[in-house]
Amino acid sequence: MNLAWRDIRHQGPRFVVTGLGLGLLFAIVLAMGGIYRGMVEDAVLLVNQMGADLWLVQRDTRGPFAERSVVPELLETRARGVQGVQWARGFTTITVQPQHSGRVLRLTLVGLAWPDERGGSLPLSTGRPLLSAHRELIVDRSLGLLPGQTLELGDESFTVVGLGQGLVSSGGDALGFVTQNDLAAIQRHLAPEALRLARSSGAPPADPGISAVLVRVAPGASVESVRARLAQWGDVSVYTTEEQRALLLEGVVDKARRQIGLFRALLAIVSGIVVSLVIFNMTVAKTREIALVKLMGARWTVVVSMILQQSVLLTVLAYAFALVLSQLAFPYFPRRVVVGGGELAGVLGLSMAIALVASTLAIRRALRIPATTILAG
Amino acid sequence: MHVIEAQGLWKTYGKGETEVVALRDVSLRVSRGEVAALLGPSGSGKSSLLTTLGLLQFPDRGSVRIGELEAVIEGRLRVDAARVRRERIGFVFQKANLIPFLNALDNVLVAFEINNRGGREARQRAAALLDYLGLADRLAHMPDELSGGQQQRVAIARALAMEPPVILADEPTAALDGRRSRDVMQLFRRVAHERGTAVVIVTHDHRTLDAFDTVHEMEDGVLRTTPHPSAAPAH
Repeated sequence: MNLAWRDIRHQGPRFVVTGLGLGLLFAIVLAMGGIYRGMVEDAVLLVNQMGADLWLVQRDTRGPFAERSVVPELLETRARGVQGVQWARGFTTITVQPQHSGRVLRLTLVGLAWPDERGGSLPLSTGRPLLSAHRELIVDRSLGLLPGQTLELGDESFTVVGLGQGLVSSGGDALGFVTQNDLAAIQRHLAPEALRLARSSGAPPADPGISAVLVRVAPGASVESVRARLAQWGDVSVYTTEEQRALLLEGVVDKARRQIGLFRALLAIVSGIVVSLVIFNMTVAKTREIALVKLMGARWTVVVSMILQQSVLLTVLAYAFALVLSQLAFPYFPRRVVVGGGELAGVLGLSMAIALVASTLAIRRALRIPATTILAG
Repeated sequence: MHVIEAQGLWKTYGKGETEVVALRDVSLRVSRGEVAALLGPSGSGKSSLLTTLGLLQFPDRGSVRIGELEAVIEGRLRVDAARVRRERIGFVFQKANLIPFLNALDNVLVAFEINNRGGREARQRAAALLDYLGLADRLAHMPDELSGGQQQRVAIARALAMEPPVILADEPTAALDGRRSRDVMQLFRRVAHERGTAVVIVTHDHRTLDAFDTVHEMEDGVLRTTPHPSAAPAH
């Protein structure tokens, strides 16, 4: 006869509801971990997607993700001429808020270096890369657009040709990809009043510039030597992709990342206290039964096993509920929640560790219950 | 031979001004098949004697023997108390103290399980015990579905499960009405006489004294054996 299981069956809904309550708590711990990881992955996603080895940015700035960086379009051509460079491409992002079917969408547009770059390396779930130099668009599916639908950007109408999965900027906005020329046109359309005035007065349009130039080093060439050559130019700063990633994580998303990390740690502590209290109170509620079996001469293992089994079962139930909830609810979160195997194993391990510590406290309490308690009436 | 024998028990609680002597040189012998009553006012030492006999506490001085086992010698425990309790002593309390999440049958079965003797045979024996105590039709009932008297009978069945030579009962009829009290006392008597169990019962209930073979009265920690009520002259 399994006393722990019999007790749980007797408690029925109360035990299940307690498990669900703890499960909600575990789900929030999982969510916070997932949001944290999602934020980190989103932050570096674009840097990783561009496939560059080096980033040329405006001198004494930390690159387009950290602060405003403007370099002349000509820099792209200059970089191509450097020995050891396989390709050099302009990189520009702008954030726009076009309307679609009465909704205001928010997306960060990235320019692709047509015709070399068409978005073929992007993780597309539906549709295709760009096949035309103009008025074609790849967007993240989170925008809710479908292939074939059109979106007004600048003064042009763009057709959605491909949908990406998980393509978001470091700020969590959906990414959209158009050719660099189209992006420049959109940028000009959105340019400040001064630029429009200059244009209307007949003066040649000022070059709005690009944010950075991405450089891929040729196979066999040394990244460091190419970097050293580029760094000699007085108008640019040069970063490796790894440095850009570090700048993003240590700068742009650092505070948000740390805040979530801290909140998550606090949540884990609160969960630990709540789980401990629940398990401890479950034991206190059985003081008379424990005293009775002790009076009847039960071995200490009977009491220990009852408490341990219930703690573990409660934790497993709570964790299972948290897992189901995470599968059902997380996809609807406004920002990406990345819950990997390590995260799941970590939360399970943490939950079990908390359950074991709480059980130890409860067991200590149980073993101190005098058998004579039962005689107290 | 006496099934349970206490010799020269002394027990003191507290120190100095708060010192209370609960047992003063108490000696008691209960034979096989004997039903002994422990009478006395509150605080007279009855429960102290019962818990000492049940190896739930130990005397400052004196000895306790259960069957051939010298359990306590000169105030020192000589055996595994928990093991002696589970194998040789059955307890019955004022309240039935049934485990609320087990039905009547499983409440008896738990005594077998604690002794690692679960299984089909134990289940049959538990059912037979409940049948013996008139609860054959209540095996699957949960404690809260049983009357007070039925609960107490389940508790007695649990105490009898391991066929212990000794049953110690602490006011087992206190929560029962007169008729049920007499029924329960008759049950103890029947168990003692049919199974040879030595039964020691702490009671306040003078109405049931005729069910006892011997009556011991305690006052201020001193035990004295009184003449059996049936031997008392009629008034």
